[in-house]
Amino acid sequence: MKKMFKKLHFRIHLKSRHLLVIMTFFCLSTITAAFASGVATAPLSDAAGYIVVPFENSVRKISAWIYDVRSGFREKRDLLAENEELKAEIDNLTRQNNLLIQDQMELTRLKQLYELDEEYSDYPKIAASIISRDPGNWYDTFMINRGSRDGVRVDNNVIAGKGLVGIVTETGPNWATVRAIIDDSSSVSAMTVSTSDSCVVEGDLELIDEGKLRFEQLYDAEGKVTAGERIVTSNISEKFVEGLFIGYVSEVHQDTNNLTKTGTIVTPVDFQHLKEVFVITVNKQDYIEEDTGEETSDEE
Amino acid sequence: MKSKVVLAVLILACFLVQCTVLHGISVGSITPNLIVILCVSMGLLRGRKSGMWTGFFSGILIDLFYGSVFGFYALIYMYVGFFSGYACRVYYDDDVKVPMLLTAAGDFVYNLAVYGLQFLIRGRLGLGTYLYRIIIPEMFYTVFLSFFVYRIFYYFNYHHMSIARKESESGWILK
Repeated sequence: MKKMFKKLHFRIHLKSRHLLVIMTFFCLSTITAAFASGVATAPLSDAAGYIVVPFENSVRKISAWIYDVRSGFREKRDLLAENEELKAEIDNLTRQNNLLIQDQMELTRLKQLYELDEEYSDYPKIAASIISRDPGNWYDTFMINRGSRDGVRVDNNVIAGKGLVGIVTETGPNWATVRAIIDDSSSVSAMTVSTSDSCVVEGDLELIDEGKLRFEQLYDAEGKVTAGERIVTSNISEKFVEGLFIGYVSEVHQDTNNLTKTGTIVTPVDFQHLKEVFVITVNKQDYIEEDTGEETSDEE
Repeated sequence: MKSKVVLAVLILACFLVQCTVLHGISVGSITPNLIVILCVSMGLLRGRKSGMWTGFFSGILIDLFYGSVFGFYALIYMYVGFFSGYACRVYYDDDVKVPMLLTAAGDFVYNLAVYGLQFLIRGRLGLGTYLYRIIIPEMFYTVFLSFFVYRIFYYFNYHHMSIARKESESGWILK
């Protein structure tokens, strides 16, 4: 048996140098193929996902468990003090909530009067946990534990409690990768809330330490945009649904062309310690297609 | 055969640790690069071919999940592994100073390549900032980590993999 195997087993001897040249050509050709036609590596990454993702899930669970155990040893005194604080906060919030309910009633009444049917705050979304992050220090992408099986698609927007986090760039059956808006290669079409002037928000590696983003091409002739202005995703964006909160303007500078302005934005999301995110499961493109579909049916 | 399985497990384990746990010990949002240490160690311990394959497959794993261009990281890590393989014939592998120096060089080359091919092309010219903010801190942290991790790879090489260094491959013996 062994002899037979030996006979069949013919060896190709390559010098390591020649092997390097061959593999270099292989890599270069995949790079060019990816640039030229966007060759789909989806089946490969799906297969690798089946091996890697369960491990990453269990690592996340173990670290969560360790965190639980560690926080279980906190002192009773601290917990009592925290309890007091929280009770006071509940009273405060109940009072606020009552006020808000009243306001809400009034709002719905007024909306009915104005026949406003577009409700931007109510996008369908699902919760997901971050299971791993980009291995290098140059980019800010991460992987979440929800995939196409849970209804996540490419170009879905991702938010955390306080604001926009990023966009889904790749999906597998049980995972998806998300590019954060602070990533150096990310750019988002945005607008100011008070004046609806549009601008482009870009991530910049040089500003990441300060937790800031850069914005460009803000056309604001009257000079109404100042520090503290709220920036949300714009209505003309192709990939981001309208009205997601990005951050507050912290600096504004006039460009040398005297027409547009650039500056920096402070984001409310703590990207360093992000663990849970929400994925909005509708795309901007769905809305656009829906609208055009309705229009054509009207014409008929 | 056994060495190949052990190597595959090592690559997978390093990738998983790099993506999950290692972010927990990052200082100033800088994470050390375990994969560079693996490529350099395998190159030094087992020669050019092993270093090359280690680099190639760990690079492919990164490309599959995080790469923007498929094959980019595979190419860089492959070269890092291959060139550290030249040290296999020249240096003894039981001293930790050689892999530390090689790691420093490998990490520096890797980061310069990422900067040159993915950032400079997009017109980000501030090499000084990136050097000061990312490349040098990562290099030091990686070298620090390699001091501990190299011993683990060394142990695996001599206890769980077939011997790759042969007397006849040594540069000191005339053929």
